[in-house]
Amino acid sequence: MVELGRNYLRLIGARARGQLEYRTSVALQIVASALLTLLDFVMILVLFENVAQLDGWRVEEVALLYGIAAIAFALTDLVVGHLDLFPQMIRDGTFDQILVRPLPSLLQVVASDFSLRRIGKILQGIAVLIVALVAVDVDWTLGRAAMIPLAVVSGALIYTGVWIALATVAFWIVDAIEVVNAFTYGGNFLSAYPITIFGRWLRNLVLFVIPIAFVSYFPALYVLDRPDELGLPDALRYASPLVAVLVAVAARLVWENAVRHYRSAGG
Amino acid sequence: MRLDWELARRGYRRYAAYPGATAAGLFTNVFFGFLIAYILLAVYDQRAEVGGYDVRDALAYVWLAQGLLSIVASFGPSWTELALRVRSGDIATDLYRPVDLQRALFAQDVGRAAYQALWRAVPQFLLGALLFDVTIPADAVRWLAFGLSVCIAITVSFGVRFLVNLTAFWLLDYRGPALLALTVAHLLSGLIVPLSFFPEPFGDIARALPFAAMLQAPIDIYVGAPLGGSIAGVLALQLAWAGALRLAGRLVLAAGTRMLVVQGG
Repeated sequence: MVELGRNYLRLIGARARGQLEYRTSVALQIVASALLTLLDFVMILVLFENVAQLDGWRVEEVALLYGIAAIAFALTDLVVGHLDLFPQMIRDGTFDQILVRPLPSLLQVVASDFSLRRIGKILQGIAVLIVALVAVDVDWTLGRAAMIPLAVVSGALIYTGVWIALATVAFWIVDAIEVVNAFTYGGNFLSAYPITIFGRWLRNLVLFVIPIAFVSYFPALYVLDRPDELGLPDALRYASPLVAVLVAVAARLVWENAVRHYRSAGG
Repeated sequence: MRLDWELARRGYRRYAAYPGATAAGLFTNVFFGFLIAYILLAVYDQRAEVGGYDVRDALAYVWLAQGLLSIVASFGPSWTELALRVRSGDIATDLYRPVDLQRALFAQDVGRAAYQALWRAVPQFLLGALLFDVTIPADAVRWLAFGLSVCIAITVSFGVRFLVNLTAFWLLDYRGPALLALTVAHLLSGLIVPLSFFPEPFGDIARALPFAAMLQAPIDIYVGAPLGGSIAGVLALQLAWAGALRLAGRLVLAAGTRMLVVQGG
């Protein structure tokens, strides 16, 4: 395990150094991708130009949801964002090469790319989170303060698991990757809002099927000491780390099962 | 003219070759449509009207914007495709060909847009209109003006993307400028929220820029809230941008080509 971790760091380290050869280019891309991602937050600000609160949530509270989700998603994107290109690996046979090497296939796919430009997304998430933390009216305790980083890490694990599990769709339908986008990018987009504003089918989806509600909504309920208008058990607001572990385990099982049923395109 | 038609057909067929990708894209559009519709409904919980849009207009905006974004290619490879050819040098082959590069690419882009309109925009708008209570204009003139406005929007969008791609003649990095341009286009085209939701005078300024002519203009005509009140005014501004961008594209391509020849030795 330690060995694998070291291999991963070595692989992405090489890629990062390669990209740093083009410093101006990387800097420009970091700024550009930070700004592009920040547009989702601009949308929130514009909406709050017109209303004082959204389903009882004030702008700084929504910013807290956004900040936690944005950093978690940016970390995920940094590690597995290139799964967007996974169908291509299947189509051109690169994945077959991966299968004959003596390293876990998932690790190789994950280590196959590393884009420094994605760091920009993390930076904008951190910036919004800091502003939100300063602005929210919270009676800070050790537990509440600890929940912020815990939620970010759990959220990243949830997003990563969801992304990996859904990417396996490509084993069966090669050109359907955009469906995955609905739940990865779409999931991140909706995590910036209290889930109470969404329709019942969508709420149930993010609560029970693709548990994105645990990325920011439940941790924020705890930090902000808000009642849950959905009337769900109070324990859920502490449950994000546990959900994250479950999602990670499930994602691994889904991946391994999918690889076992993989039939090469060149077959 | 015959050549343009053939190129447009090829552009159409290039996308028609992947029906699975179209279905997947449609699914994602509809999913995002739902998300944004719910968010705007939460806003209209407290307001009867925002920036000239009532709740039915806002819902029409959601499904129109989701449809238009595929027609005017708010995302996608066309932001960097030509830039990649400049970078690799393949552009030299393109320039050898006995057809005008700008015109040929435009014809192909029209084919692409037609495919996206037919198989993504229209189906998902119909679905949205079925599931939500959206504004449906009653008069034929507005529908006609809307159709015309969408056609000009495609032209403007092509003009913007063409210019962004041409930066590759001068800049080593094509991805950074494309990402920046995409960001500006998303913000100022009305893709994020209707431009009239923005605080004044920001919304008015944005409406005068070419990006609004890509997406916000047809939607404003559709919901009957064109800036300055007149449909003709919006169409005229769109046309002016389409013409200006076409001219700019020609000039920049010519300048880039001259430099390419020098570098190519």
